[in-house]
Amino acid sequence: MDRPVLELRNISKTFPGVKALDGVELQLYPGQVTALIGENGAGKSTLVKVLTGIYTPDGGDILINDEPVRMQAATDAKRHGISAIHQEAVMFDELSVTQNIFINNQNRNRFGLLDWPLMRRRARTLLEYLDVNIDPDLPLRELSVAHKHLVSFASALSINSNIVIMDEPTASLSHHEIQELYRLVRRLRDEGKAILFISHKFDEIFEICDRYTVFRDGQFVGAGEINDVTQDDLVAMMVGRTVKQIYPKIEAEIGEPVMTVEGLCHPTEFADIDFELRRGEILGFYGLVGAGRSEVMQALFGLTPTSAGSIILNDKPFNPRTPGDAVDQGLVYVPEDRQHQGAILSLPIFQNITLPQLGGLSRSGFIDMAREFDVARQYATRLQLKAASLSENVENLSGGNQQKVVIGKWLATNPNVIIVDEPTKGIDIGSKAAVHKFMGELVAQGLSVIMVSSELPEVMGMSDRIIVMHEGRIAARFDRDEMTAEAIVTAATGA
Amino acid sequence: MKTTSIIGKLISHREWLLGGLIILMLVGVGSAAPFFVGTANLAEVFDDTAILIMLACAQMLVILTRCIDLSVASNLAFTGMCVALFNVAYPETSALVTVVMSIGIGLMLGAFNGLLVWLVGIPSIVVTLGTMSAYRGFVFLLSDGEWVNAHEMTPQFLALPRAAFLDVTVLSWIAIALTLVMFVFTRFTKTGLSIFAVGGNPKAAVYSGLDVGKHQFITFCISGAVAGLCGYLWVSRYAVAYVEVALAFELQVVAACVIGGISIAGGIGSIWGAVLGAIFLGLIKNALPVIGISPFWQLAISGLVIVLAVIVNSRSEKRGGRRILREAHQ
Repeated sequence: MDRPVLELRNISKTFPGVKALDGVELQLYPGQVTALIGENGAGKSTLVKVLTGIYTPDGGDILINDEPVRMQAATDAKRHGISAIHQEAVMFDELSVTQNIFINNQNRNRFGLLDWPLMRRRARTLLEYLDVNIDPDLPLRELSVAHKHLVSFASALSINSNIVIMDEPTASLSHHEIQELYRLVRRLRDEGKAILFISHKFDEIFEICDRYTVFRDGQFVGAGEINDVTQDDLVAMMVGRTVKQIYPKIEAEIGEPVMTVEGLCHPTEFADIDFELRRGEILGFYGLVGAGRSEVMQALFGLTPTSAGSIILNDKPFNPRTPGDAVDQGLVYVPEDRQHQGAILSLPIFQNITLPQLGGLSRSGFIDMAREFDVARQYATRLQLKAASLSENVENLSGGNQQKVVIGKWLATNPNVIIVDEPTKGIDIGSKAAVHKFMGELVAQGLSVIMVSSELPEVMGMSDRIIVMHEGRIAARFDRDEMTAEAIVTAATGA
Repeated sequence: MKTTSIIGKLISHREWLLGGLIILMLVGVGSAAPFFVGTANLAEVFDDTAILIMLACAQMLVILTRCIDLSVASNLAFTGMCVALFNVAYPETSALVTVVMSIGIGLMLGAFNGLLVWLVGIPSIVVTLGTMSAYRGFVFLLSDGEWVNAHEMTPQFLALPRAAFLDVTVLSWIAIALTLVMFVFTRFTKTGLSIFAVGGNPKAAVYSGLDVGKHQFITFCISGAVAGLCGYLWVSRYAVAYVEVALAFELQVVAACVIGGISIAGGIGSIWGAVLGAIFLGLIKNALPVIGISPFWQLAISGLVIVLAVIVNSRSEKRGGRRILREAHQ
């Protein structure tokens, strides 16, 4: 066996409240494609950012050809011959294809000025190598998603790198384009490059990868030759843990349907969404990041218009045009991004809680502050909010308590359907348990909850039923007694 | 391949649209008052607009990086007062030294803005709103509110911008030269390209190894240096330095950029847009009195044009959202 061209030893990276990488290791060999596999939140994207110099690890060693190196900026990665094709299009829509390819790697002419004719020729050569017909002078925004992706390939290849990282490169490609991509990956491999291939799709992992490395919850689980394992082995490594953790699932009486959604469609984000939500039920929505779950919820809340489909809420047709309509009819949405979409951080707790119902608390246009405080106090007690006073600004609270304020704000409008999007993302274990317990209490009181979550244990521990989404469509449905981690992950990855 | 209609192409090339509008205006005003479109008068209008053109070019770079520099007019007034007082104190200094000095002082003031934005991380609108007042205040402290009048300045100090070469003033030549330098800078240097990149998509810029804050700093330095140079040119052209020189002129500078299609959201714009935007405002200012329209209309018209320009720009800048569903035709 060759020596690895790149080796990570004991790499750790901590963010406030989260240990994103906990002593992981990774080896990449020249002329081999290594798959990096793991669930959402396993640390794959963080690892890519460490390898490309976007994040500096807190501890551990990065070795290139057995030499320890330091990576502090994207330029360091380039210098060490590492190039990356990122999952999200981190490119420049307003610049031309050529400018995008050579954004930080330009040729100059003898006057020291940028040599656009030469770069245009090189861009054309690179695009020909990729077998794609794109005019290098076009602005990037005029290209399709697939072509943009190929431009980012060209950009990665413009640096003569021997380590290429591909973060879910097939996510936005059609079947034909994926075949083209495989051909390209094989060609790069045969040229002796070491390739790190991040993917959720087992068919492609088995098709083009030579080795695998599995992460789970920021930790290294295993690595080896792809020929020595089966898909079931990999799934077991990805999810391998006891799911029945400390989820305080309260058995609530499940009643008649509260909301019925039929054939809900959006031109570009989701299609054919059918489901029923019953009284006293927690309905889990699982899927990979970007599967379209939040988009569906935002449509139910009147934030995104839909192109087809119908919703019945409380036996009445429900067609929300604005969030105000949804709140009036008893449906509220607690968004994923607490700090940007949920709470107004610079306002005190009591004002945050009463924000959606100021009309009801006002007399002739003036806010009745005594009543405002009454309402806020009532919900703060119900939520066991830990704060010095209700006049304290939300920004001074912990993540868990911020989440309670956001949930409390919506509860104060007396909804009967509450949608929570990633309710425990980025909050500490103790607050997580409190939020879970509280959701159990809500359904016990006869509310219905839709919980969007990318955390498998959470969604399995809390939900009465689970809907799995994949690429904007419903891929599978599970009742509580038929859920298995393996089946859910398989459905979410579209395998 | 997409086929684009000629109209669509015109709108996508806002510079052409604006250029056409300017020609239309010249034809209109010229038919009412033929002398207005004579070479001599046009050269005079250009001379009157030269400072606005230079400041707009520099402001464009700042706006491209998603910042704004509101302190340019105060910087101009302060630098102008500095060189005027220096000229009074040391009358034998050559005009060239004065030019270098004005650029240097302006650069320092600009760099101060840039450092606060880059290293302290304060939003540029707050930084430059503060320094706009501060720099203006310094002019008062420096001059005690006194004027420096034409008879106190030396002939050499006053002569430079007015000297003519090929019937065009040196002031105009400086504006033309600066425009060309800026064009080469934005199109053929790494820093110039990076300025578009960091404003167009700051996240992608980080992934590409470009330092967003550093490039914002650079644009503030350029904006400051150009403002300083314009400080000397302004004071010598109008032969007077006082506290209120170019008061509120920064608004015209930003307006020229907006009319020229430079996106306040960053990353979109061209030097030609900024130049044409400035010329457009200069034409309105000079043409309206000629065809007998009150100068008060001038404010209203430029205001309306700015709002129109923003509407046109925001329509053409609409970007598509994320697409999750597989496209049907693929």
